[in-house]
Amino acid sequence: MIAGARLVREVKLGVKTLLLHKLRSFLTMLGVVFGVASVVAMLAVGEGASQEALEQIRKLGSNNVLISSMKPPDDQIGGTGRVRMIVYGLAYDDERRIRDTMPAVARVVPAKIVRKEGRLGERVLDLRVVGTTPEWFELVPRPVLAGRVLTGLDRERGASAAVLTEYGARRLLATANTIGQVLRLGTQYFEVVGIVQSEGGQGSSVQTPDQEVDAYIPINVARDRFGDIATKISAGSREREMVELHQLIVEAKTLADVEPLAAGLERMLERFHPKKDTRISVPLALLRQAEATKRTFNIVLGSIAGISLLVGGIGIMNIMLASVTERTREIGVRRAIGAKRRQIVAQFLIETLVLSSAGGLLGVAVGLAIPRAITYAAGMPTVVTAWSVALAFGISAGVGIVFGLYPAVRASRLDPIEALRHA
Amino acid sequence: MVPDATADGAVIELDDVRKIYRMGTEDVPALAGVSVRFRRGSFWAIMGPSGSGKSTMLNLLGCLDRPTSGTYRLHGEDVGRLSDDALSELRLRRLGFIFQSFNLIPQLTVRENIELPLYYLGWEAPAAAERARELADRVGLGNRLAHRPTELSGGQQQRVAIARALANDPDILMADEPTGNLDSATGDQIMELLRELNGQGKTIVMVTHEPDIAAHASHRLHMRDGRVEQVEGEGS
Repeated sequence: MIAGARLVREVKLGVKTLLLHKLRSFLTMLGVVFGVASVVAMLAVGEGASQEALEQIRKLGSNNVLISSMKPPDDQIGGTGRVRMIVYGLAYDDERRIRDTMPAVARVVPAKIVRKEGRLGERVLDLRVVGTTPEWFELVPRPVLAGRVLTGLDRERGASAAVLTEYGARRLLATANTIGQVLRLGTQYFEVVGIVQSEGGQGSSVQTPDQEVDAYIPINVARDRFGDIATKISAGSREREMVELHQLIVEAKTLADVEPLAAGLERMLERFHPKKDTRISVPLALLRQAEATKRTFNIVLGSIAGISLLVGGIGIMNIMLASVTERTREIGVRRAIGAKRRQIVAQFLIETLVLSSAGGLLGVAVGLAIPRAITYAAGMPTVVTAWSVALAFGISAGVGIVFGLYPAVRASRLDPIEALRHA
Repeated sequence: MVPDATADGAVIELDDVRKIYRMGTEDVPALAGVSVRFRRGSFWAIMGPSGSGKSTMLNLLGCLDRPTSGTYRLHGEDVGRLSDDALSELRLRRLGFIFQSFNLIPQLTVRENIELPLYYLGWEAPAAAERARELADRVGLGNRLAHRPTELSGGQQQRVAIARALANDPDILMADEPTGNLDSATGDQIMELLRELNGQGKTIVMVTHEPDIAAHASHRLHMRDGRVEQVEGEGS
């Protein structure tokens, strides 16, 4: 109890002494302020980047590997004349091959994109419809806003069921009351069975599977009703594209399987798609990317923080050495009265700690403001965590101890007689 | 409780004490063999020209320094053998210091200055505040407790310093030219206060070069070239 009361007194005395030279104390603190602010900001940016990556991975599924069909470069395309037929992309065989030959695969979900004019009630629009299997909704889970998602029964029966996305529903002015109504796609008729929430969308750096999809229908229905050939009419020429599948989502059994699986798929696609008409993306790789961003930020801000704290610490040490010289006589008096060396050390160390901790508090305040500014100005997500604030503040206290120790020990080593004689 | 090792009541005993400072390659003796005994309750003035060794003597007696050779016993305890911490402890419990330039700590109030020894003794704050008030009353500054030293006159500052020196209730007061920075009227008042304290049983050792001031003491020790030249006073 006495020790606690003493500590309080020493801290009060330290504050009082530092307030005698307000400007000097404030300027001395600045290095620590910037250093601590940098630490808080650095950790906030890093945390923001990795949380964003984790969020995207959650949307895409961390165990998933995405393979998309890609129109190959022009020189790879055969055929000339007014009517061209381009055949590229993933095939039904690819899906089967992956399912049958890769043991690390848990599920394979195909996606087939159909562009048709659609009509719901009075609205007529060009729609992007994805034919897929019910597993799609398990692989990338998302809330159902109304009705239901596709089921195995829809596939077995070849049901004309369509699930609108939130995005599609908004475009078609559909609401929960729309469930059960008829959606016309091209020349075919579908029943709207549900609406699901869209994931991702604007501002996101990766293409999520849902983006700009208006509706989902069973893949076998899509194939039966619309076939594999799409016709584009442009500048008087007809271009026909034949694409069996636009996307395959391959789910690995465990997280550890993801990268070997991606490498295996890459090799397989190289063999069967020499035209390079496919592209692999691994959501898990986003995490690596986020970590790289984080690392860059950590190096830049970490250097600023390190230099600021070092310079700040040296500044503090310098001021404390000056203070010891200035207060030599006080030290002499305290020693004559009976203060032991360690009590003198404690006094000056606490004073330094008060100084650096005050700098730390200010630094935390500035450090809380910087991430907001970064988010506002650069649109980067930032997350300030409690432990980062605690760490930064701890560093400021550490700076106080490290750079305060030498002046304090020096004060305690003064010969009391010499100190009393000091002018 | 105070152990008195000697039969004749000596609190301070110096036996052939020498203090030698090294200046470059030369050894300079500041004290060249001093043997004296101060009794409990006596009031000593140490006099002598500058360089006579009187300051060195006071530093030694005040346990701020240790003799190079010879023995110094304070209450029978051999000071020369004590560690730095033990010397601090001895100063804290047995001695009080009064300086020529008062040496109050400027950022502390009068009360906090007086409390300083109590703080190092580990007193609880309320008890220390109470004691500081009593002592301030005793030196006639009960209404100045919240003031800063710079707001006080020289005489008042020296009174605060005396109150501080008394806070730990020491047996011995060490005074280094206590009136040196004061005008003679104020100086006389301070000497009056010291005599009063001596009358209450405190042993006082004072360094001065002014014969008028030394006249207040019961004993005078004249020093020259690090030796005792002459001792004046009753019963020594």
